[in-house]
Amino acid sequence: MSPTMTEATVVTLKIDDREISARSDQTVLEVAWENDVFVPALCHYEGLGDVGACRLCLVEIKGSPKLTPACAIKVVQDMEVITLSERLQKYRRSIIELLFAERNHICSVCVSNGHCELQWLAQKLGVDHIRYPYLYPKVSVDASHERFALDHNRCILCARCVRACDEVEGAHVWDLLGRGVDTRLISDLGTPWGESETCTTCGKCVHICPTGALFEKGKSVAEMVHARPRFAAMARVRNNSGR
Amino acid sequence: MTPEELTLAAEKEENGSRAFEHIVGVCTSTACLASHSDKIKKEFDAQVKAKGLTKSVRVKAVGCCGLCAEGPMVYVESQADAEKAAETRTYAHVSNEAVPALVDSLGAAPVADLACDTAQPFFTRQHKIVLEHSGVVDPERLEDSIQVGGYQALLNALTTMNPADVVDTIMRSGLRGRGGGGFPTGLKWSTVAKAVGDRKYVICNGDEGDPGAFMDRSVMESDPHRVLEGMAIAGYAVGATEGFVYVRAEYPLAVKRLKLAIKQAERAGLLGANIGGTHFSFKIDVRLGAGAFVCGEETALIASIEGRRGSPRPRPPYPAASGLWGFPTLINNVETFANIAPIVKNGAEWYAALGSGKSQGTKVFALTGKVKNTGLIEVPMGITLREIVYDIGGGPFDGHTIKAVQTGGPSGGCIPEAYLDRPVEYETLVQLGSIMGSGGLIAMDDTSCMVDVARYFMEFCMTESCGKCIPCRVGTVEMHALLTKICEGQATMTDLEQLEELCDVVRSTSLCGLGQTAPSPVISTLRYFREEYLAHIEHKTCPAGVCSGLKSGAVKAKEVVA
Repeated sequence: MSPTMTEATVVTLKIDDREISARSDQTVLEVAWENDVFVPALCHYEGLGDVGACRLCLVEIKGSPKLTPACAIKVVQDMEVITLSERLQKYRRSIIELLFAERNHICSVCVSNGHCELQWLAQKLGVDHIRYPYLYPKVSVDASHERFALDHNRCILCARCVRACDEVEGAHVWDLLGRGVDTRLISDLGTPWGESETCTTCGKCVHICPTGALFEKGKSVAEMVHARPRFAAMARVRNNSGR
Repeated sequence: MTPEELTLAAEKEENGSRAFEHIVGVCTSTACLASHSDKIKKEFDAQVKAKGLTKSVRVKAVGCCGLCAEGPMVYVESQADAEKAAETRTYAHVSNEAVPALVDSLGAAPVADLACDTAQPFFTRQHKIVLEHSGVVDPERLEDSIQVGGYQALLNALTTMNPADVVDTIMRSGLRGRGGGGFPTGLKWSTVAKAVGDRKYVICNGDEGDPGAFMDRSVMESDPHRVLEGMAIAGYAVGATEGFVYVRAEYPLAVKRLKLAIKQAERAGLLGANIGGTHFSFKIDVRLGAGAFVCGEETALIASIEGRRGSPRPRPPYPAASGLWGFPTLINNVETFANIAPIVKNGAEWYAALGSGKSQGTKVFALTGKVKNTGLIEVPMGITLREIVYDIGGGPFDGHTIKAVQTGGPSGGCIPEAYLDRPVEYETLVQLGSIMGSGGLIAMDDTSCMVDVARYFMEFCMTESCGKCIPCRVGTVEMHALLTKICEGQATMTDLEQLEELCDVVRSTSLCGLGQTAPSPVISTLRYFREEYLAHIEHKTCPAGVCSGLKSGAVKAKEVVA
């Protein structure tokens, strides 16, 4: 039996000097959100496997010299977590700024304007201008699918769509191609989305996208409101009925 | 092969080679092969045959002799006879045309113009453990390795030690990971040994990718059996039955020789099922990397072996607990595994006595850059950088002075001339703002611009970033742009400030070692050569004259202050 399958125990820990109880199979991020502690995150989505890629949920853990992604570490008894410090806020702002500088995020003409997690986090963290030079990459829009479209200009490579399609829908249409700043989201083996032989047109990827990279056709500026599928609840229902 | 059979095989091979009066060894490692040493070997074979010397002269292909700058290298070992004592002659810059003269010189006076002085510090200051058989054995013949004691440590461990003893021996030897991090090898082994799992794996990390580094390639090409033996001993110690050597596909010769060595060892019963007639079985396979630097990062390497995209994941869980396919996995570097057999053979105390401080044993370096003798060297820990650069490396070219030494590749830093008297130890190098690294050592002289060096390494990290985490993916691009701006004389002091800020962000927030150490070359050059940055920014001058479009030549001290 692997350690993840053993019975979870109840532990108490401190988050920002607040005593909190939790189950030992929960991550620090889950516990923080459960207790209304603000920890920013873009690549995390409840019900999907965590990858620790966006680095926004980095927290300080007493006794550890390095910053730790809250989504990738389980709580332990007597853990002391600091989620808010000047240093962390500075890094979080820098990461958001880097994201804005990387692709072409122009909120005023974006389908997700007002319903975008990146935009919301930038406002919440007080990012009012971008200090880094914009890279202005020339990237395309794939509108070959009958119902949806993919705009690479807005993609932040969080890979939530990749995981939703693979882990929940089981189709694994999406994956990543290339590396570094040239990494691109691709469908199938790089064919246009509309020609994908694996896509079931379920729309999970569209509704889980934090930005306006994946959207429903026919939506104009600020009209793309995400339905936010409840993967965790679905998983719970599935597991309970199986027992 | 049982231990007795192995001893007999070694004796038989020893007697066989003693039948030859002369043994000619031709280096067929990559550097010498590039100068067509394979043709030289063929020419030797043809000449020996033509002159009817096949019974008294054996020509063999050997691995790297070390002094790559002077290749192709050839050595001649002559047996003692009634008239003279046994001797070894080493020749450098050997060409096809020189072969007849060299064959004629056997038993007579050496060919003077090709003779290579082995009394020079390049040879005498080295201490070879990992490379002891490199350039001596034919890497494509198992018998050669057996003759010099290959696989004896493995069979010895299997028959006389229990796994815990082996772990204990490695622990007491003080051996630390040679991949760069310097994590105590014994501690890693004992963690994997204690981990619970239905299966366990041993992985040898041969995904050497630092620019200018070729230590692991050389070891795999010159003495593959040594690496395999180390892996098998590790497998026995931690309870693994399967191992993988992960080699980058850009090393075709290493791949070929490793595969051949595995086949030979399996046929001889030294790998595979029931090694040496014992109950221990250990299978090794080779896996090729597809040319991504990030796959040197252990979690990315594991993903790559599993057939997934080679990108790292957050740790914990560490591979020792959950590695390849979720099973406990031991990952060590090529050089670390090459150290195992001698430690098991000679004992932990012997190894622990070598070196200094908390750094035991020796370290292999690929010495490159602006020094006379470039090549592969192995030095005892604790030797000073000055000894490496000036004694072994022969110092700078005439008319130039050494400015800095770069260690640790894109994850390391530049150590200025003033600190060259510090010893080569893990902790000391970290204090100086660099790291031991896997063993790339690049000497830089007054013609190197430190801003340009930092830009070069940043470009490397930028193109090798896997793209998973934001700070590394975008931060390296932004830093590269700022460094380019400085090199082009377009930068302002605000840019420098932003560069320093980004160094901190990328170092503190990146997911894996690649991103966390990517700013190191910038940080270390800013620490020691800030005036060069200022010269570029404030005076539009490149002191080394490297950055085109800028004035060259030194900026007067006064100007810098102003």
